[in-house]
Amino acid sequence: MPSIEASKATSPRVALRSLDTLWFQVAGTVCNLACTHCFVSSSPTNRTHEFLSLEAILPYLEEAVILGVKELYFTGGEPFLNPEMETILERALRVGPTTVLTNGLLLDPERCRRLSRLAEKTDYSLDFRVSMDGYSPETNDPIRGEGTFERILRGVSNLVEAGLNPVITVTEVYEDNGSASGKERFFELLRDLGVAKPRLKVLPVFQIGAEAERSGAYEAWQRLRDSDTLDEGWSHLQCSSCRMVTDQGVWVCPILVNEPRGKMGQALADTLEPFALEHPACWTCHVYGVSCKT
Amino acid sequence: MSDAESGKLTTHRGMATWGERLVPLEKFRQATTSLGRRLSDDERRAEQRDFLGRERDATPVESPYSRVVVFGGVYNNHLALEAVLDAAHKHGAEAVYCLGDLGGFGPSPEKVWPLLLEGDVRTLQGNYEASLATGREDCNCGYTDPRDNHFATLSYRYTSEHCSSDFKRWMGDLPLRRRIRVGQRELLLVHGSPRQINEFLFHSTSPVSFLEVLLNQESCDGLLCTHTGLHWHRRLPSGRDVVNVGVIGRPANDGQPGVWYAMLEARDGDLGVELLPLEYDHVSLAREMLQQGLPQEFIDTIRHGWWTTCLEILPARERAKSRY
Repeated sequence: MPSIEASKATSPRVALRSLDTLWFQVAGTVCNLACTHCFVSSSPTNRTHEFLSLEAILPYLEEAVILGVKELYFTGGEPFLNPEMETILERALRVGPTTVLTNGLLLDPERCRRLSRLAEKTDYSLDFRVSMDGYSPETNDPIRGEGTFERILRGVSNLVEAGLNPVITVTEVYEDNGSASGKERFFELLRDLGVAKPRLKVLPVFQIGAEAERSGAYEAWQRLRDSDTLDEGWSHLQCSSCRMVTDQGVWVCPILVNEPRGKMGQALADTLEPFALEHPACWTCHVYGVSCKT
Repeated sequence: MSDAESGKLTTHRGMATWGERLVPLEKFRQATTSLGRRLSDDERRAEQRDFLGRERDATPVESPYSRVVVFGGVYNNHLALEAVLDAAHKHGAEAVYCLGDLGGFGPSPEKVWPLLLEGDVRTLQGNYEASLATGREDCNCGYTDPRDNHFATLSYRYTSEHCSSDFKRWMGDLPLRRRIRVGQRELLLVHGSPRQINEFLFHSTSPVSFLEVLLNQESCDGLLCTHTGLHWHRRLPSGRDVVNVGVIGRPANDGQPGVWYAMLEARDGDLGVELLPLEYDHVSLAREMLQQGLPQEFIDTIRHGWWTTCLEILPARERAKSRY
């Protein structure tokens, strides 16, 4: 693979229009699963990024308010491994609408009831995204781990029982997952589970981290060049309106946290300048029109 | 658990993922410590100021009013349009504004045009008008759910085919924003948001700090918008108001056939904001829709007040209150 340095000279640069979406790598790269397609290679022993404490998050929330943030997202790893997670959510919801990306395994009935009370208490939306990669154990479990299909469905049921309706997030590890008929199968699965208003989001895979081992890394040609710039600019890319906070500072986006050069600064104010789209994963966002947000 | 799987659970002990490689954790941490900017407090304040600063647009401010009526989303509903113009007259409104989205959903698009002209309705361009005037293939709402897309395409095509090219040209000339003064307050009128014609500003996803920054950037004392189909009002800690005036074209997904509009008036130096329900002859509209061969799903919404399509756009909180 050609070095990032070599491609930097010709890479287009994307300006931050506004800070609409602020992400927190709240569980670091620590997860109770080790999915074979995880672009940040999260696992029980991956401490590349550590948990974010409430204390570490608060100054970022204050700064986000000054910058006019529109929405907050929490991901990992598995966010609910963070012992402070529910307190963090309570504080986040004072600032704006909040979404948690979870694998659903730690969503027991009691926690779901607490989350539901939290959702009712605030003026802003509290939303959940539960990941699933196939509509059967045979397709899901080889990616996410043995027995996970059943456990994910239980988590989803518990949320729904508590009055929370998560968005099921599916990656295109199987091409069919994103097709109209694939989507319909997920909708059916959810309806069978008693979800009256099923919600779904499909994302492409990023050929980095564990996924690079599973299906191969990016090819040298999968890079953005200045000539790729559209007339309307780069506003379709989430990095034109987001930043990501980890325990080690502020990164450009949720995808590049394991790439030290994705780090832009320590405080949000350090990261308001343009970012060079030199990483092959930037190519995926552009070509597939990806936005990590819901 | 397979060997490969259990291996995955432990491979990271003491190691970090750096791109495609595994490196000792310390090496990754050292690399990230030295990367990125670390500005002084003064520099940070200056960066924030530069980032947030905007030049004021040249939109002229329309004459000082003491009372106006503002509505959005006609969606071909000429009967509700007649009703809201009657209501505006009864309220003694000095001017009537429409924030765009004239077409889609309802029957016979051409019927709204003379009403807008005769009623002297000052109309903004919505994403529907922008799409129709430029010959776009869809309404540019950005749906991804195949079912939502199906219905959105259906109603867009119907409107496009039943609109004269004169009407479309007129739509293309409509302004994207207006400024009006109501009493002491200068209000900015847009379709979606000041930033984007098709940005959704829902109550549960438009936080106070976001709106304060937006209003600072636009140098206005209040913001009026539509596009979501759901009306709301938020008075900000700064005392300014943000009002989504809702739509008169279809009910607000609340199980009632009535629709909503806004009245704004000067009240002792303050701004009075009222979101008002509007009854109209929805039974006749449903009959016309049936005659025009429009989908039963749309007719049900007009009759019963619950949305049956385009639900994907709703945030968690608004969706939870929805029947479908």
